[in-house]
Amino acid sequence: MKLRTGLHHRVTDDRGNAYLYLTDSAAIHAVDALADRLAAAFLEPADPVTVLRELGEPEAEAALRDLIDLGIVRPDGETSPPRAALPPMPFPLATLVLNVTNKCNLSCTYCYEYGADKLTAANAPAGRAMMLPETAKQSIDFLIRSSGERSVLTITFFGGETLLNFQTIIAAVDYAEAEALRHQKRIHFSLTTNATLLTDEVIKFLVAHRFGITISIDGDEKEQDRHRRYKSGKGSFADIEPRIRTLIATNRRERGRPIGARVTLTHDAGSVLDTYRYLTDDLGFEEVGFAPVTAAPGRGYELSPGAYDRMLSEFATLTEDFVTAAIAGRAHGFANLNDLLRELHQGIQKAHPCGAGLGLLGVSTEGELALCHRFVESKSHAVGTVQKGVDESIRTAFLEQAHIDRKTDCKTCFARPLCAGGCYHEAHVRHGDARKANLHACDWIRGHVDQGLKAYARIMAHDPKFFARYESQ
Amino acid sequence: MTHVRPLNQKARRIAALVVEQRGALMPLTQDPPPTEYPYGCTTVFAPGWEVDSSGGVHGLCQPIERDLYDCYHTCYWPAQVPDGVTNFPKWTASCGAPVQDWKSIDLVFP
Repeated sequence: MKLRTGLHHRVTDDRGNAYLYLTDSAAIHAVDALADRLAAAFLEPADPVTVLRELGEPEAEAALRDLIDLGIVRPDGETSPPRAALPPMPFPLATLVLNVTNKCNLSCTYCYEYGADKLTAANAPAGRAMMLPETAKQSIDFLIRSSGERSVLTITFFGGETLLNFQTIIAAVDYAEAEALRHQKRIHFSLTTNATLLTDEVIKFLVAHRFGITISIDGDEKEQDRHRRYKSGKGSFADIEPRIRTLIATNRRERGRPIGARVTLTHDAGSVLDTYRYLTDDLGFEEVGFAPVTAAPGRGYELSPGAYDRMLSEFATLTEDFVTAAIAGRAHGFANLNDLLRELHQGIQKAHPCGAGLGLLGVSTEGELALCHRFVESKSHAVGTVQKGVDESIRTAFLEQAHIDRKTDCKTCFARPLCAGGCYHEAHVRHGDARKANLHACDWIRGHVDQGLKAYARIMAHDPKFFARYESQ
Repeated sequence: MTHVRPLNQKARRIAALVVEQRGALMPLTQDPPPTEYPYGCTTVFAPGWEVDSSGGVHGLCQPIERDLYDCYHTCYWPAQVPDGVTNFPKWTASCGAPVQDWKSIDLVFP
């Protein structure tokens, strides 16, 4: 019988020690030199007796036994045990994203909501511009009703520009807090905003209710005003900068939850490291996340393959900054890497790329349910209404079709447990089908995971206790 | 586990399972620990050593020849085998491995 090393990714730390990330289990093992040589010897199916004889090391058999027992080297052709297609349905809801408005006071050139990539048909009647407080309350009832045994729930407010409908947010928060008390659940609030409408009154309210706040911002004045402009063409930086400083100062004083910045990366974006430094050191953000722009091919601002490479090398610089901080025992706010390290450390194995349609749903201004906030008002991705509930047959059918085992392109990819094919909305925009894998981003994803694994190995070699912050129960 | 060190939470869970299974396999590959018999096995309510509860031999110790020894050496049981304590101490002397040689054990005529 021949043996073969399973699908994996190998990295080394700065001392040359080898580490293996196993795709089938999402386990990360440090291997000694002998086990490393054995794992390499079985990259192609090989006879163990011959391999052990050629190696001629007395300890090799014990090392091979370790590799076999841990599932790193297995009989060639061994079939993996079948995986559960879906968790028990209906899956209890954890998060509801309320699109409280579909209007925006900015006119960012790359916006998927208003640009050429809008999901609703051009001739379709626009949905209600503002969600009524009544619909928000129905949404909260629906969330609590659909949350099963979960004790902690999240309501995220989204838009358009979320704060254009502040009145509904106030009504929703008041109602949710009362209902949470009645049902003995805890409800967290979060919100994404472009920061243009952060008045003192709004800031006071958000901080008082311990909102998790994400600001969409692309960097300093030059970066921000390149794409994030008003309809007139005027940049938004001058308006948002003082408001963000007030928000962050107030939130710090009141010991609120960390405030994050979300940066959209286009082909013409400046240095990621400079943007990170500006947003954290100057403006005071605790976390910064970077996301490549979502765009169909030919939009002008989409990322070319070359731009993905440049972004990856920029991420490498920022990763280096993270590792230096981590080894010195300091937290770092590079959100992408924090998220990746958490998933790597826990050994997350995803059957679906995200919680959309599972624990998370989006709600349109009129109360229609969609897979997530990016799909609201898209009739072809509707999964029910907050009034009538989820159409379980639609939801289940989608989740079955979007399962990682259906994405045959992903079968040979080591990064499958973390990516699972990537964002449904991105796949819909780029490839015309939310259930497809985002094949345009594979090299980028694998490059990013490779950076994450190397960072994991290096931090682990210096200070294993660093990862205690990421442990799941 | 000396050549591979599990690092993340998932790896540690898998390794703990492997160590546990290795521990569980050990008794099957080594001689079992000696059984503690009560003094005189009449207090053991086993189905009976000559036949099992169905009247056959399939439920007996495997190999059933082992019964000869257990009855003779460790638990004197005069009804089925010769009394090895006082009258027939050399009854099994001609038989090294009872699984193969049990036929060489002869009858006794007290």
